[in-house]
Amino acid sequence: MSALLEFKATSKRFSKRLDAVERVARTLGARVHEHTVHAVDKVSFSVNEREVVGLVGESGCGKSTLGRVACGLYSPSDGAVLYRGDPVAHINGARRPIQMIFQDPFASLNPRMRVADIIGEAPRVHGLVDAKQVEDYVAQLLKRVGLDAGFVRRYPHQFSGGQRARIGIARALAVKPEFLVCDEAVAALDVSIQAQVLNLFMDLRDQFQLTYLFISHDLGVVRHLSDRVVVMYLGRLVEIATTEALFARANHPYTIALLAEVPRIDRRRRTFVPIKGEIPSALTPPPGCHFHPRCPYAMRRCSVEVPALREIAPARWSACHLNDIAKVSQ
Amino acid sequence: MNASLLTVRNLRTEFATRDGVLPAVADVSFDLARGEVLGLVGESGSGKSVTGFSILGLIDPPGRITRGSIVFDGIELIGAAPEHLRALRGKRIAMIFQDPMMTLNPVLSIETQMVETIRAHDNVSHAAARERAMSTLARVGIASPGERLAQYPHQFSGGMRQRVAIAIAMLHSPDLIIADEPTTALDVTVQGQILYEMQKLVRESGTALVWITHDLAVVAGLADRIAVMYAGRIVETGPADDVLENPRHPYTRGLLDSVPAATAPGQRLRQISGSTPSVKSLGSGCAFRQRCPRAALPCEMMPAITRIDQQDLRCHFPLLQMDEVNERAA
Repeated sequence: MSALLEFKATSKRFSKRLDAVERVARTLGARVHEHTVHAVDKVSFSVNEREVVGLVGESGCGKSTLGRVACGLYSPSDGAVLYRGDPVAHINGARRPIQMIFQDPFASLNPRMRVADIIGEAPRVHGLVDAKQVEDYVAQLLKRVGLDAGFVRRYPHQFSGGQRARIGIARALAVKPEFLVCDEAVAALDVSIQAQVLNLFMDLRDQFQLTYLFISHDLGVVRHLSDRVVVMYLGRLVEIATTEALFARANHPYTIALLAEVPRIDRRRRTFVPIKGEIPSALTPPPGCHFHPRCPYAMRRCSVEVPALREIAPARWSACHLNDIAKVSQ
Repeated sequence: MNASLLTVRNLRTEFATRDGVLPAVADVSFDLARGEVLGLVGESGSGKSVTGFSILGLIDPPGRITRGSIVFDGIELIGAAPEHLRALRGKRIAMIFQDPMMTLNPVLSIETQMVETIRAHDNVSHAAARERAMSTLARVGIASPGERLAQYPHQFSGGMRQRVAIAIAMLHSPDLIIADEPTTALDVTVQGQILYEMQKLVRESGTALVWITHDLAVVAGLADRIAVMYAGRIVETGPADDVLENPRHPYTRGLLDSVPAATAPGQRLRQISGSTPSVKSLGSGCAFRQRCPRAALPCEMMPAITRIDQQDLRCHFPLLQMDEVNERAA
């Protein structure tokens, strides 16, 4: 298997510039610093061709930022993102092979454009179809995603949430992509509609030989769809594993806690046992392992040294100092 | 069986719109015993939140309760004088909203808001009220409540704000709490913490709880009974175990099948076809009939509520367990 998309020590930082007063204060010798958020911190992993990789984590962990870096909406502050060996930023045109599907089916469609233009504009601009055939092309795409071809002249407000999600998918498919970044693409949908859209994603994967980076906070959805799962916490990767291995036996204490918290229908009137604490602010992350203040197994070393992401078994990576102890005791 | 604390009968809440009068809640009846936890489950637009708001008398024009009765501990709430409702609200019936900022005033300190809530119903000194506020904050798991009291809502994280909202609801140890999707906006680990606190609080104080949610998995862990709503009506009620293990209404079955965990990873989800109908275009008859795999001619008539074992249903063709089917055939 060859890597289609590769993150190489990719980082993305956001800084709040100093305002005028702070700049003056600094020239006068005051200790004022720019606030920098390490939204994505030295992330390395790859997505293979025709693979579905699930990217999970809680809000603020940097998963959406990473998704945007993947499709070139943000350029990385450090490191590289390679698509078939070339930097994503160098892919010609409007990065046609990588497309993104957004979370909010209400905010991501222009309310003043007809469906024919929303879906048809990009393929027309890129010369994929003639201006005359755009409407037919759009009608075909609508059928592909399970909508009536007669909808081409309608506006977004005439559709329900599930139908809009399908329009967003059709728009991404219009430029014949190979790689889809789905950022919480089903999070805003009702359960029954979510099931329909998940089925559509699986059908499209087979029809168009697509590769997905599927970003979600919903572990049930990720488990259902993904071949491999990547877990993020406060900008760093904590674990990479095949879906089966991760859900059978998570390695990292954060993944274990995350899996334990997921409400499930087969767990009735159970007693909830929460993990302590909340996600710390990304502005002032804890030193060492970011998870150590909440981790039940934290040692002294965890608050000092950042654990490296190491291969602990074939195709299985985890960033936890406990793995060193496990190795020694073996 | 305890005497019923809350009895709702044939509740109908309508909203006057440009398209005519729409019944958000068409005909809802249920009972709630003291200390019981009821999960009120439905997709968006099913009328679950409006049902909760109707109980508290929070329906404002253009909405109006046009029929039915809501009896709380022997008191009829529909048509009750505003001062009677005010004496109950916050004292004996409390509400927790999805967005804690619906409860919290952004320009008042937590202390002001909590003390005000206590003194609205109880004639106690400020110092005594502050003491009670502090102990209640501690009960919902807020560390150093003394310092936290002096802070303003923006100084709290989302999960902490929801804890404060819960603390305010708990101040008078109410007999009934109505919680409208209180964990929907929160991360999984924080949701786990809030579920833990709620479960502990209602067990300790014997408070009855109506937990409104779209997420069957959340109520599976919490509720004693589950009521499933569809298009303004409760279509199935029963003990949580029975409803989740042997759903008898085709809609409940469909909802459970739509959850990814119900299907082996990678397999197609058994989806419900179509989308949630608009209450505008329901006509008479069962609202689910266009999406229902079992629908037949009788479904053009609204089914009455029937009881099978412990489950109450609105369905002409309920799902039966295989042994029952065999028995009937024999």
